[in-house]
Amino acid sequence: MSPFLSETLSKFQQMGTALAVFFGVLLLIFYLGSKTSGRIQTPTARLVMLGPAIVLLTAGLVVPAVLTTISSFKDANNRKFVGLANFNWVFTNPDNLVTLRNTVLWVIITPLVSTGMGLLLAVLIDRMKRESIPKSLIFMPMAISFVGASIIWGLVYEYSEPGGEQVGLLSQIASLFHIADPPNWILIPLWNNFLLMVIFIWIQVGFAMVVLSAAIKAIPVDVVEAAMLDGATGSRLFRSVTVPMIRGTLVVVLTTIMIGVLKVFDIVRTMTNGNFGTQVLANEMYAQSFVQFDAGRGSALAVVLFLGVIPVVIYNIIQLRRDHAR
Amino acid sequence: MSATSISDEKVAAPESVSSAVHRNLSSPWASFAVIVITILWTIPTLGLFVTSLRPSDKANQNGWWNAFIDHTFTASNYSEVLTGGAVIPQGIANFFINSLVITIPAVLIPLAIATMAAYALAWIPFRGATFLFVTCFALQVVPLQMALLPLLQLFNKGWKVNGVSIIPPIGGHGTYYQLWIAHAMFALPLAIFLIHNFMSQIPKDLMEAAVMDGAGHFRIFRTIVLPLSVPAIASFAIFQFLWVWNDLLVALTFAGGNDQVAPMTVYLSNIKGTYGSALHLVTAGAFVSILMPLVVFFALQRFFVRGLLAGSVKG
Repeated sequence: MSPFLSETLSKFQQMGTALAVFFGVLLLIFYLGSKTSGRIQTPTARLVMLGPAIVLLTAGLVVPAVLTTISSFKDANNRKFVGLANFNWVFTNPDNLVTLRNTVLWVIITPLVSTGMGLLLAVLIDRMKRESIPKSLIFMPMAISFVGASIIWGLVYEYSEPGGEQVGLLSQIASLFHIADPPNWILIPLWNNFLLMVIFIWIQVGFAMVVLSAAIKAIPVDVVEAAMLDGATGSRLFRSVTVPMIRGTLVVVLTTIMIGVLKVFDIVRTMTNGNFGTQVLANEMYAQSFVQFDAGRGSALAVVLFLGVIPVVIYNIIQLRRDHAR
Repeated sequence: MSATSISDEKVAAPESVSSAVHRNLSSPWASFAVIVITILWTIPTLGLFVTSLRPSDKANQNGWWNAFIDHTFTASNYSEVLTGGAVIPQGIANFFINSLVITIPAVLIPLAIATMAAYALAWIPFRGATFLFVTCFALQVVPLQMALLPLLQLFNKGWKVNGVSIIPPIGGHGTYYQLWIAHAMFALPLAIFLIHNFMSQIPKDLMEAAVMDGAGHFRIFRTIVLPLSVPAIASFAIFQFLWVWNDLLVALTFAGGNDQVAPMTVYLSNIKGTYGSALHLVTAGAFVSILMPLVVFFALQRFFVRGLLAGSVKG
């Protein structure tokens, strides 16, 4: 047997054993549990069914989040308390100021563009006949990993030496517009951030489109009809009927993308690894924690990410409450 | 514009009225715009696929669109990237297996745990159930980054109180346990939320009838709730599959330097950095990695969309 085959076999064996043990124990507990009498069965069921989830959530999210918060006030080796020094570093180090600027750009631009394009597509698609094929194709990038998407777009942004033929699509388009020797796009300061954002937008537009399209289709037909009888068409119908009716969904889509983009990591790591002025918070957090091994700074960056998510979530909840109150 | 201009997905209410409204709204310009955007959206992926089929000298010499002129295609990039070759010594095949071995338990285990928890929260009334559910919901917003460092410590060193080991270190070199458990932990908030929302819609009468028949919670769960919840479970399974298969952050953290267990995303990220100029191989590798999620996506899109809507429209 080739080494690849035997290795593969042992990997699947490991997986099979783990799954068999896990589900075997579950089945056994279920069998024993169903044998217990009514009075004991309810508390038993509660314990058995909730227990694993509570243990995993506590050990995997709650306790680590608390520990990270504590580490953010400690030094690189997680020994001495250093007060706010790590946060001070996050907000004053010149490199970090670029990182923060980029993160703010990402958080503002990508949700607005993705949601805007998603809305446009949802409205357009609502007005065409065979919608399922374009819908699937625009939605498709959702299935592709950020790493895969970065390779796909890396090819679009590919740089060729001056004088030669163009390999990258963007450079080819540029040379059609008579730009001789297109630049290495990914190195252009500030603008390279937007090139990375395009990748994220390419993935998220499908998400926005599908969710908004469902919301548009859920608008009661009589509302649309009444508006049309009143003479509303095209953009008027869109502004005064469609958008107000799906406002809640718009907010949810916008905030969902916003929370996602705050944590964007894969694209930046794969495309530039944060070089050339493209660093963002999530990648810097990874670099500090697992490359520089500075637990204090890494934790402080994680806490900043968390604090960034909170206002978005609160806004989301307030909007949802308002919609429900109506 | 014919009378058949009803959308493919029949989400909207009464067909007759809806189609009348629809007919008034549909326009050839909208169709044209959508088709243009669809083509724009698909071209980058097409470029990847075409490049992966070009011989190395051609792929690195000029753009993939030239392939339609010179008609030189080859499958050798795929055989080279699968097993490794002169340019990239390490093949992707190993990492493909790793992705599979990571993903299957990382979907099934949280699914089982979340389904049970969702049932308990929805149908076993007790004080604090609402509090637990809200807490679980709130945990969705905690970024993974908040958990990574301490969790890695816990896995590697275990948890000792005064020298007494409460939790032993988990998994050694070449094992997948850390990845499985980490993915299971991180998946639970969304999973419990989605499945709970679905389960709590099951008619109460159905439950009460079963209780009258003398069925306990274990039997109700197994015979009534589980079969009825299959759509929600399927939605989440697809979600989680795509999430784990495409994940880079968790994989790097818990299996970063370990090629024996690292998934394809780690491999791709590495070869993009090291062998980025070997376009024909990097693109072939990328296509191998996106093939599986694309198949799952197109085959089960309906369930995926349903999960997406349940997760974001209701909020």
